[in-house]
Amino acid sequence: MKLVKNAAGRLVPTEVNGEIVIPYKGVNKHKPTGNKIGAPIKSCADYPLDGNKVVKNLREALKKAGLKNGMTISTHHHLRNGDVLTNILFDTIKSMGVKNIRWYPSASFPVHEHLIQYLNDGTIHHIEGSMNGPLGRYTTEGKMKGVGVLRSHGGRYQSIQDGEVHVDIAVIATPTADPFGNATGDRGKSACGLLGFALADSEYADNVIVVTDNLIPFPCSPWQIQGNNVDYVVELESLGDPSKIVSGTTEVTKSPDRLLIAEYVAQFLEISGILKDGFSFQAGAGGTNLAFALFLKEKMIEKNIKARFIRGGSTKYLVQMLEEGLTDYILDGQTFDLEGVRSMRENDGHLNTSPFTSYNFHGKGNFASQIDAVVLGATEVDLNFNANVVTHSDGYLLHGIGGWQNCMFGKTVILAIPSFRDRIPVIVDEVTTLVAPGELVDVIVTERGIAINPKRKDLLKAVKGSNLPIKTIKEIYNEVNEICGGKPAKPKVNKEEVVAIIKWVDGTVLDSVFKVEK
Amino acid sequence: MEKSIAGQKGDKVRSDCYIEITSKRLGGIKLDIKSKVEVMYGESIKTTILEMCDFFELKHAEILVEDYGALPSTLMARFELAVKRLNPKIEKEFLPTFNKKNKYKTSKDKLRRSRLYLPGNEPKFYPNAGLHKPDGIILDLEDSVAPTEKDAAQLIVRNSLRAIDFYGSERMVRINQFPQGLDDLKYIVPHNVHVILIPKVETAEQIIQVEEKVNELKLASKIKDDIFFMPIIESALGVINAYSIATASKYNCALAIGLEDYTADIGTQRTNEGKESFYARASLVNAAKAAGIQAIDTVFSDVNDMEGLRDSVIEAKGLGFEGKGCIHPRQIQVVHDAFAPTQIEIEKAQKIVIAFEEAKAKGIGVVSIGSKMIDAPVVKRAHNTIKLAKLNGLI
Repeated sequence: MKLVKNAAGRLVPTEVNGEIVIPYKGVNKHKPTGNKIGAPIKSCADYPLDGNKVVKNLREALKKAGLKNGMTISTHHHLRNGDVLTNILFDTIKSMGVKNIRWYPSASFPVHEHLIQYLNDGTIHHIEGSMNGPLGRYTTEGKMKGVGVLRSHGGRYQSIQDGEVHVDIAVIATPTADPFGNATGDRGKSACGLLGFALADSEYADNVIVVTDNLIPFPCSPWQIQGNNVDYVVELESLGDPSKIVSGTTEVTKSPDRLLIAEYVAQFLEISGILKDGFSFQAGAGGTNLAFALFLKEKMIEKNIKARFIRGGSTKYLVQMLEEGLTDYILDGQTFDLEGVRSMRENDGHLNTSPFTSYNFHGKGNFASQIDAVVLGATEVDLNFNANVVTHSDGYLLHGIGGWQNCMFGKTVILAIPSFRDRIPVIVDEVTTLVAPGELVDVIVTERGIAINPKRKDLLKAVKGSNLPIKTIKEIYNEVNEICGGKPAKPKVNKEEVVAIIKWVDGTVLDSVFKVEK
Repeated sequence: MEKSIAGQKGDKVRSDCYIEITSKRLGGIKLDIKSKVEVMYGESIKTTILEMCDFFELKHAEILVEDYGALPSTLMARFELAVKRLNPKIEKEFLPTFNKKNKYKTSKDKLRRSRLYLPGNEPKFYPNAGLHKPDGIILDLEDSVAPTEKDAAQLIVRNSLRAIDFYGSERMVRINQFPQGLDDLKYIVPHNVHVILIPKVETAEQIIQVEEKVNELKLASKIKDDIFFMPIIESALGVINAYSIATASKYNCALAIGLEDYTADIGTQRTNEGKESFYARASLVNAAKAAGIQAIDTVFSDVNDMEGLRDSVIEAKGLGFEGKGCIHPRQIQVVHDAFAPTQIEIEKAQKIVIAFEEAKAKGIGVVSIGSKMIDAPVVKRAHNTIKLAKLNGLI
């Protein structure tokens, strides 16, 4: 495989799975021209006039959609680790004797370990999406036939819209749908909240199959997926395990160290002046992030400050802030617990967003860049503030990118991370895999101190003289190495063999993941 | 063929390791390392183990290391333990390098508002404990350590005193009851322990015994810095003897009370209201103050009840206590806040200090504010109040 050095100095291929790819050129440097692609024109004359698109099962729907070898099949991760549908889907594809599928999920979860057999037997050729847990291990050990492609949620929308990925068949899990294909995720026994990840596929795929375990008479209202984009509707007994689709309740971390990090983040926002009336922030559903939102909430009440909007994986904590009047809006990107789902149904201020509205880089702006403060995690950060979220320091793929890369365009990007986990340093000299260029990362908050990117002179000035534990990233790095017993060794990888590539938000190739040598 | 084991194993184990040594007649060292951090530190683990085999003259053995991200000082303590369990006659110690950040000293009247207890055989809690800024960190060799793991905790605590950064917190160790407690001392005295907590003290004689042993060890390892004692009174007899205990050694810096054992001793149970221990607590405060040392209250054991903790500290402060035990880092800030002087106390203290300074400048012997006369202890207390206020960012 021929590799070139991209603008970030990382070795990347120029051809992947038989297609030409463009090496990363720098932040905001790649601006393709031309038109977006379009879905095929179809005629309503070919669809049932009574609006009933229900077919008897998934196999029938796939057959009607013209499933054949080498096609691209997309699925979505709003059922999270409770997703049974995707596993049934590939059982069906296997039983139909179809091979070499490009699986194009918006993310994968440990439940999809079931699919390893289909990667082994050639039913699935490769994955473009995320390779979490067991699939990550499988990919990193070089067992997948093709090369994995990892994209952000925004990058996934961009890749479909720009025609980089042509989706032949989209299979969309919908907790409630009508026979016409209108569908929503905010109700039904498998309710998951938002279906935003499936938006691009519903708009652009050649064939769209909606699968539900709660078929109701037309019209399904509200609809998140528009029936006019849908070819077939399939009813199943169950889409998955509700207890793993959304948590009954999300819980804040109890770890004193993570609480300390969360407290520092909230203090930082206060002292730097970012916390002010009408501000906005993004908080994920990780334990540290939830805790940060709670500490911030205390400060907002104390100082009588109200946010204009909070973007996030919605949870009961954000819902409480909405219902207590501490924010005008929640911009929901993914719904994590039952309270989030309820709020989506009941609150006018709970808005459904999508990767198109929030993240798409090839659009006329997006929401992510308008957020005052974004708080994210990371697996590694290096001395140049470059950050990694997909591999661990042992070289193995473990996580997807999610909206993480897209959020890097927020006004102040804060990575809230422990400086080391057990004996694994998180602050390192050079990231194992580059997933976000350091120029976009503004602040690192660890339990050992806060490091501000030297290019953010404004922030450095704002916190000067405060009692925040401000350090340089090098100081934290040295401290961690001292605790862990020296600089960690790097994984042994085969630099000839790329097992996956990391796309930047604009579709260029930011880095490669290499096969780990045992 | 003999075998020994040390450390912890299992899915839930973090930052620790499990060691098995099987001694052999022949065949050299056979090393089997399974580590969660194999890629990053596999070589480093191997080097350490081989170096230690050399040090302890272990020549023929099968060694299994199951590592869950143990820091080097933990790995060393576990391996040394396995070696010593195999051959209890070995006396020499394999010491990790003394962290130069741990060389700071303490003083007898240092603030001791919060002291965080950490179990002596759970090294995973150590590296970040100081980040939560307790006034003191206690590595506990006593109640939190299983009777069968006392030898393990001694080595973990010794190595941690040397290698783990305490971030400026006072370095405390709670030893066991005698005679085990006297044996504990050699693992801590040479390694810059600041305060030794002595449990279940009932007589002055016990303190004198500790002092003698500490002096002996200090001499042997050329330690010059003072090591202070905090006797813990946990019985009816101890309460009766509190004053003689408090004055038994010039190194006593505080008296502490332990209520779980005390209430059991007097045949009752702890209540939130605390009537049953009022006599003991008041007696202890009185004895400590009469001896010119600090009075330190028991721990607050419900880690989820922060309001209860706050109330309990305010009550303790009212009785004359100056410190509270913590069993979770989140309790520390609450304790500090609750011990902070009120605005009224601060203003009064400032007035006293100003009046005293003015009187001194004018050469007047007797200081008074309004009709109240101010003597030296009042001025000292006012200075303390201002110091506390500054520490809490109130002035």
